[in-house]
Amino acid sequence: MLLEVTNLNTYYGQSHALQDMSLQVAKGEVVALLGRNGMGKSTTLKSIMGLLKPRSGKVVFEGREITGQAPYKIAQAGIGYVPEERRIFPTLSVLDNLMMGVKGGKIDTADPDAWTIEKIFDHFPFMKERTHQKGAHLSGGEQQMLTIGRTLMGNPKLLMVDEPTEGLSPIMVKEVRDVLRKISRSGISILLVEHNLKMAMSVATRVYLMAKAHLGYTGTVAELAANAEVRAKYLEV
Amino acid sequence: MDASVAMYVAQGIHGLAYGMILFLVASGLTLIFGMMGVLNLAHAAFFMLSAYFGYQMLAWTGSFWLALLVAPVLTAVFGILMERFLLKKVHAFGHMGELILTVGVSLIVLDGVKAVWGTESLPLKMPPILEGLVQIGGMQYPIYRLFIIAMALMLLAILSLVLYKTRLGMVVRAAVSDAEMVNALGINVPLVFMCVFGVGTWMAGVAGVAIAPILTVFPGLADQMGMDAFVVVVVGGFGSLGGAFLVSIIGGLISSYGVQFLSQYAAVLMFVFMAVALAIKPMGLFGERE
Repeated sequence: MLLEVTNLNTYYGQSHALQDMSLQVAKGEVVALLGRNGMGKSTTLKSIMGLLKPRSGKVVFEGREITGQAPYKIAQAGIGYVPEERRIFPTLSVLDNLMMGVKGGKIDTADPDAWTIEKIFDHFPFMKERTHQKGAHLSGGEQQMLTIGRTLMGNPKLLMVDEPTEGLSPIMVKEVRDVLRKISRSGISILLVEHNLKMAMSVATRVYLMAKAHLGYTGTVAELAANAEVRAKYLEV
Repeated sequence: MDASVAMYVAQGIHGLAYGMILFLVASGLTLIFGMMGVLNLAHAAFFMLSAYFGYQMLAWTGSFWLALLVAPVLTAVFGILMERFLLKKVHAFGHMGELILTVGVSLIVLDGVKAVWGTESLPLKMPPILEGLVQIGGMQYPIYRLFIIAMALMLLAILSLVLYKTRLGMVVRAAVSDAEMVNALGINVPLVFMCVFGVGTWMAGVAGVAIAPILTVFPGLADQMGMDAFVVVVVGGFGSLGGAFLVSIIGGLISSYGVQFLSQYAAVLMFVFMAVALAIKPMGLFGERE
């Protein structure tokens, strides 16, 4: 297993926001974490990333325990985090936003698999023309692409993406989906939090459904597609 | 040259020099706030502490330059120690805890300097080479104030170079808008915080030593500067260095010409300026957030 989360418990003050959450992501896999709003999907990602400190439980990445470590250490271990609401650096140029993702500040030119600015431009051609524009001047969809590109520059082995299609037009949703597929084909594992069920099921192979701070259901995408009862219980409003 | 024109110019130079000092103090305050969300109320106390360190260095070594070099570094060490061992501990309890802690530290520093150096004004003599006036284009300018302006501009230039031309500067600018995100990208943000805190208190320290020959060294230094620097940060926009620079100059000129033309209102002019500026732009002139 690339990522193994076991019985994670996280609190916001008194509120028990994550209860005995467990999930796994294998190497090369795309896993979707689904559920209605406020069920703890983002909390799960933040707890894995060290942005929230879990009170108990274990996060093991590539066989090494990283539970509750500083986010920068977890990022250096190889987990890339693409937050919801995009969170690009608005005062930095597109190029500088990408450079912020480069660990240690130096692009690895020796490793042919390492991400470079040119490769990012291949994936996201619009950035090439807008290298020196400030991040704030991009559209919502472009900002979403920039956060993904920025995280890729750090050569993550696992990409955790939180609600990448929120607020995007149907065309941009398709583009995000295609980008995630391409990333997955390049060998990077993905843990995807989504509210758009169709989009999630078209990218992922396995799903975890959350219900009120804990895990409700897990199975393959095919199993979920066949199970209307589970969909009604955990997803439909 | 007309005597009154000469007076306006002289007053302008005074205002600029005070504005520069104000900028040195406020830039650290605004960077620290922008990055860490901490309004460091001990900042002005460090500014004053550095003036005392400078006084002591001068008393021991007889060299103003050594005082200007060493005292701010010593002050920065105190700032870093506070950040590492005190601020970090209360961080988990939110901004109110940090605010109260920095007030506590400033009280301790204030009473500390009173206990060591007493409450009297102590002279910190400028070096002979910077004394007196210099004649430029038929006008006379006080050398020491020109020196302060030049030094502050030089520091501003270096700071801008680092901020806009280096990787570290890029990281700092990114962290000003979203430190947590920078952390999640694999950058050791706590270390960057420490550097910024150190540089910020260092600049306040430079300002403390630099202004001492004009105002002398006394415990009240912190109050006056603290208020004015706070106004600069608020009006300039939290986290904005450019805003801090512009408002510092305006503030310096306001207080300088205020004393000349409206002396009985001089003390409140800065706050009137703040009220007017915030009424027009509630987030500060260059502010991006509340």
